[in-house]
Amino acid sequence: MTMDITLDPPRQAARPKGAVANRGASYLAASEQVAVRTLKKFVRTPALIIAGTAQGVLFLLIFRYVFGGAVAHTGNLTYVDFLVPGFVVTGVLFQGMGAASGVADDLEGGLFDRLRSLPIRVLSIITGRVGADSALVAWGVVVMTVVGFAVGFRIDGSVGDALAAFGLTILYGFAFVWMFIFMGLAAGSPQAAQGLSFLVFPLSFVSSAYVPVATMPGWMQGFATNQPMTQMVNTVRLLTGGPAAQQLLGHSLSYYLVPSLLWSAGLVALFAPLAVWKLKRS
Amino acid sequence: MHALIQADGLSKKFGKVQALTELTLTLPAGRPVAILGPNGAGKTTFIRMVATLLQPDTGTLMVSGHDVVRDPMAVRRMIGLAGQSAAVEEMMTGRENLVMVARLYGQSRNEAAASAERILEQMDLVDAADRRVKSYSGGMRRRLDLGASLVGRPRLLLLDEPTTGLDPGGRNEVWDGIREMSRAGTDILLTTQYLDEADHLAAYIVIIDDGRVIAQGTPDELKSRVGADMVELHTADVPTMQRAATVLGSLGMAEPATDPTTRRCSIAAPGGSRLLPIVLRALDDAEVPVEDISLRRPTLDEVFLALTGRPTTTTTSDTDSTTNPTAPKEDAA
Repeated sequence: MTMDITLDPPRQAARPKGAVANRGASYLAASEQVAVRTLKKFVRTPALIIAGTAQGVLFLLIFRYVFGGAVAHTGNLTYVDFLVPGFVVTGVLFQGMGAASGVADDLEGGLFDRLRSLPIRVLSIITGRVGADSALVAWGVVVMTVVGFAVGFRIDGSVGDALAAFGLTILYGFAFVWMFIFMGLAAGSPQAAQGLSFLVFPLSFVSSAYVPVATMPGWMQGFATNQPMTQMVNTVRLLTGGPAAQQLLGHSLSYYLVPSLLWSAGLVALFAPLAVWKLKRS
Repeated sequence: MHALIQADGLSKKFGKVQALTELTLTLPAGRPVAILGPNGAGKTTFIRMVATLLQPDTGTLMVSGHDVVRDPMAVRRMIGLAGQSAAVEEMMTGRENLVMVARLYGQSRNEAAASAERILEQMDLVDAADRRVKSYSGGMRRRLDLGASLVGRPRLLLLDEPTTGLDPGGRNEVWDGIREMSRAGTDILLTTQYLDEADHLAAYIVIIDDGRVIAQGTPDELKSRVGADMVELHTADVPTMQRAATVLGSLGMAEPATDPTTRRCSIAAPGGSRLLPIVLRALDDAEVPVEDISLRRPTLDEVFLALTGRPTTTTTSDTDSTTNPTAPKEDAA
């Protein structure tokens, strides 16, 4: 059905003054704007910071003092030295859950519609979110590490190793943030994103993070030993636990480091294109 | 010179829901256009396609000569979009929100600061500029959102139901803002389900229903399409209104319409002003007192009713099920 109707001549003279084609922000500048906005939102919502931090501290205290006494099979490594690397590394998952609901919130609130109507690349919206959420994960790692030291965690190794452990933990967090951002986009609403986040429970608990894998039933060990969290936790544990950790885990650093890096690369390689694809179709 | 919007056979399906059906439409630049239709008519789907957020399944859509599928970036360089929800960050100030969008349009720090200032003045938000949006009223948020769509000095402003959910005060604030932009020469394409909004803001109205264009024209053209002017009278109470309706009906011109809540009775008056004295005389003979009586053009509500066979405000449950069997909720799209 075509309904072309002859209209009055357009008011050409009334073009808005200075209307120009917008060049659009560069890829990096666009990412920066999106990241800064996300960080401002977080920093200015004290409830988010306090709730997140308090929850982490509470769980660390529970594991350290309530369950800790009953956990055996950590060899010469004290339970606190066994626990804190596992707790901090799996903490990136709990911190990352916030990225999923944050992204779902942006989607629902129409922010992503606005951003997608601007002359910027879709990937820059995602990398902006990834940058900000990785910074928040790094913040969580710092807080949990400090609390870890406060409850008796000590490093047996060089400062270089400790810094490497810290850097790797943030890298792992960065890799998982891509997954959470995709989950947030796929979920569509903050509530649904919260629901999807239950995934972090098998990843964190069925791993070497809180108890040695050897104490789990055989069928569970297969998953627990090979899933990414265990590789990541054990890498950090080897870097901070000295000979006692070496003896307990029975493998060299590269045995865990290489798979942990491959998992990280794999997470980004899988979820970056998925996130872009999903955002373009949201 | 390219048409502002040239849509040719646009179709879009979401699952089983046919949101657009071979929609064809040509709109020249130069006057504000309203896309009018009930929930689920396809308004939002259409405007999201113009904004490059959605791709059509079939058909082509050109915005100022740029294909939205093949060259979305060229379209994005010239549009501003304000969607159904005010897409502003609550935890940032009004100024920060505007500066962010300006920077995303590619403006330098200084340009962005100047743009933000200009918009704050234009949208009458200077006093609230450095307060967090969290503390803004609904109308202020929408104005800020409109402003954000303007920082890039767009040639074409796309407004998706700009006043949905606002109280009358907020709606008037937003209307003023939109008129201001239109006067400044920005082309405006807005969607609305409110006929009075289309009547107030647009110089050209496209009515869509079931994903198709069912009518288009200036408000006057659309009103004359239903035909005649209306004689409308207002009575003191409902029984009097009913007596008046009986008198009007007996004139044999048309079926009178009554509205008990406002105690109004109206009838199409093909003879225009010549019918008015006849009506008055008949009412006088029957001794029916009226509070006031007037001759007016039909409202767009009446136009819509005449074109679709159902009013704009009702849901599908009380309409003829054959006209719109699966009116989907627009949000689902």
